[in-house]
Amino acid sequence: MRTDTGRRSIQRRRAWFLRGMRMAFSLPGFILVSSFVGFAALAKDAGVTAAQATFMTGIVWALPSKVVLVGAILSGATLPAVALAVALSAIRLMPMVMALVPEIRDRQTPRWVLYVLAHCVAVTSWVLAMERVKLVPRPMRTSWYAGLGFTLIVVNMLVVLAVYAVADTLPSAVSAALLMLTPMYFLTSLWGSAREKAGYAALILGMVLGPLFHMLTPEFDLLAAGLTGGLLAYVWHRLQRRAATV
Amino acid sequence: MTYLSSDLWWWPYLFILIAGWLSTDVWRFLGVALGGRMAEGADLLVLVRAVATALVAAVIGKLVIFPTGALGTTPLVLRVGAVAIGFAGYLISGKRMIVGIGLAEAVLCGGLLLGF
Repeated sequence: MRTDTGRRSIQRRRAWFLRGMRMAFSLPGFILVSSFVGFAALAKDAGVTAAQATFMTGIVWALPSKVVLVGAILSGATLPAVALAVALSAIRLMPMVMALVPEIRDRQTPRWVLYVLAHCVAVTSWVLAMERVKLVPRPMRTSWYAGLGFTLIVVNMLVVLAVYAVADTLPSAVSAALLMLTPMYFLTSLWGSAREKAGYAALILGMVLGPLFHMLTPEFDLLAAGLTGGLLAYVWHRLQRRAATV
Repeated sequence: MTYLSSDLWWWPYLFILIAGWLSTDVWRFLGVALGGRMAEGADLLVLVRAVATALVAAVIGKLVIFPTGALGTTPLVLRVGAVAIGFAGYLISGKRMIVGIGLAEAVLCGGLLLGF
């Protein structure tokens, strides 16, 4: 009797896992794939090998952090400076996970499952999950999110490998177009996901300060531009709010 | 201590593990550990988001102004023009990413075809 219900619950979990997998093949999933094509082209140019880029895709996953990682590698920054820049780019993962956990957790969900699933959190899977998780029965949500999150990771690891395999045979105009994907993807997705005006200010300031600090202090350009631009945007946000309340 | 400074095969992987995996998953794991327990410090979150956004934006700016590889051989005017037109299209179309990205790519490829 008990084994019978056990088998049925495993079947149910598999069905929801598959539904999560299918969710990965949607328009947001397609846009993510095209931005990974751009990332692979960028990483290849930076001197990262196919195996290293694929490893990076699976282990880091969040694309902004990977782009900062590769950008810092290109600048020739040392390990501590690169780690700090990547960590600063990834802090926002914490509130994202904090918002997602209560949505997918069931009373019986073991903690380790949440830690494993947290690794899948990046912009695309998070937005999809926050949007659609309400349509999934609560006990099945972890299975559904695992299907979605891990499919996105594996598919994009394969995409990175595929781009490395064909990159050398591409005409230079196509390579140039692929390298343009990453900046356009982030420019539009960051603008679209900004919650307050400080986000727009940070985006514009960062874009101007990045190249500027690159000329002044190439090794710390990203850190300097990120901290300066972010702080200025934040101060502007505070001043504006004070002006609004006075 | 840079990514390409050692010939040891495992050095890049160790580099990725420390600077990439540790630097990102530490925040995800903290999110699980603190989940629901920490009150949302709205103001602190604004600062966190602003710094993260500016960091990624700095990479965007660098990729457009000082690109590497095949994009580096294209003229600066064409790159900046493609980004500006693509971004304008994105805003006009009601923030549709596909329009923004497609338009920028069309301008870049069109410019290259016309022999810029």
